[in-house]
Amino acid sequence: MADDASLRGGVATRPDPIVTVDSSAFWAGADRGELIIQQCGDCTTFYHPPRPMCPKCHTTAMRPVKANGRGTIYSYCIPIHPPSFGFAAPPIVALIDLEEGVRIVSNVVGIEYEKVTNGLKVEVEFEPTEGGHQVPVFRVTTKKKAR
Amino acid sequence: MAIRNNDAVIVGVGQTEISKQSGRSELQLAAEASLLALNDAGIAPEDVDGMITYTIDNNDEVGLCRCLGVKDLKYTVRVPQGGGGSVVTIFQAMAAVKSGVADVVLIWRAMNERSQYRFGRPVPAGRIPVGGGSTFMEWAMPFGAQSPGSWEALVAQAYMKKYGVTNADFGMVSVLLRKHAATNPAAWFYKKPITIDDHQNSRWIAAPVLRLLDCCQESDGGVAIVVTRMDRARDLKQKPVKIHGAVHTMLPNHEIITNYYHSQDLTRAALSETVTKRLKKTARIAPAETQVAMIYDNFTPQIFTQLEGFGYCKRGEAKDYIAGGNLELYGKSPLSPNGGHIGEGYIHGMNLISEGVRQARGTAVNQVKNVETVFLGSGVSGAIIGVV
Ligand SMILES: [Zn+2]
Repeated sequence: MADDASLRGGVATRPDPIVTVDSSAFWAGADRGELIIQQCGDCTTFYHPPRPMCPKCHTTAMRPVKANGRGTIYSYCIPIHPPSFGFAAPPIVALIDLEEGVRIVSNVVGIEYEKVTNGLKVEVEFEPTEGGHQVPVFRVTTKKKAR
Repeated sequence: MAIRNNDAVIVGVGQTEISKQSGRSELQLAAEASLLALNDAGIAPEDVDGMITYTIDNNDEVGLCRCLGVKDLKYTVRVPQGGGGSVVTIFQAMAAVKSGVADVVLIWRAMNERSQYRFGRPVPAGRIPVGGGSTFMEWAMPFGAQSPGSWEALVAQAYMKKYGVTNADFGMVSVLLRKHAATNPAAWFYKKPITIDDHQNSRWIAAPVLRLLDCCQESDGGVAIVVTRMDRARDLKQKPVKIHGAVHTMLPNHEIITNYYHSQDLTRAALSETVTKRLKKTARIAPAETQVAMIYDNFTPQIFTQLEGFGYCKRGEAKDYIAGGNLELYGKSPLSPNGGHIGEGYIHGMNLISEGVRQARGTAVNQVKNVETVFLGSGVSGAIIGVV
């Protein structure tokens, strides 16, 4: 279910991602509904944002892997003025620390801003963009769903 | 014959008026500021043989040479990291002069950052921010974090949480800088001080971190600085201001504003800590030992974290350090007596450097007493300057 902030009359208005050669695996994964992070093919270190070479062992054998989608809110804010392009209401923007040990910028959806706190556990889901792509966003983990 | 002394010294500063609509081209602002700086120094424009600006300055070296009548340019370089790199221009000028590759280096930064474009505006889909697309900005755009205020807030919120700091605490910096600007006729906010209530009543830019009055004043204007060797400076118009030391740092996974990936703990100003360490070695003077603190204020929380990173106080203690009056004109470390970017205007770090030079010379409008040295700090870079 998409968040109201990036929908107008049921039509997605969220900006499309900026796709580069080095980030294409992440965004292609999002289109499939998978949260992709990067892992070094040699030393197995996880990375995000992705890069073409591992700074530890200097291999270019970097591979996209599916993250388990669980994480924690490190910090958050709501950009109010000027309004963000593609959002009818200020989105909750957050830094999410994934269980794999990498951090990503995303949105927290399905919760009022006043209830967001640092350290809340969240799980990934996906929202559409105006050009028919998807981006990963996060929803607070409910007790029932918690593992 | 004069004994050769290749110490790098600042001998000229030039600054146009700071406005919301300059009514002229960025190249004209650059040329006017450059001419003011060269006249201030007493150096003929044709003697300039080195030029330094930012990677994202829209003006071209050739264009500026055509205006000034520069005859034989030997050395040009552009520095990265936007305003965070502002003091890197001083570092590069020092390196060029000391190594002998250039004798007279002209630094400039000129922009119509209010009337032509605005860094603070959100950027639409697929576009690279006008402030320069650094490595990590693209990762924030589809999530509605499309402007420097929202990027800054994600780091500063973690700081607020960790140390129990509120937005009203950040407001202390706004009130202070507007007080300094109120007595500076060159400031956009001349004669316009604010109270903490004004700050708290200004609208949210990015809640719960930044209100309108936590942000710098986007402005049009140009600033230029002239650097040469000490032996050449002796016959010039101004007392030379020596660059005791200037340093730049780029650490793993850092960038200047969407700076989220370098560490689990974003509340630590690791870049500024490194700058401080290097300055202590090269200048043998720590930032906190100087009499004036010209520290980059794009947003108020940056003053908190830089005060800690530059060693003015311990981590988490910036709130108390500021509340204790240390940054007042009569305090231990007066902060940006011209009003900084929040009070005077935002020429991307360069109007903090020009004020630092005036403070070192003893010619500033809000002159701090008994200045021997001044600290110029902008996150990833720092310099100690002073009349010797
Ligand atoms: Zn590796």
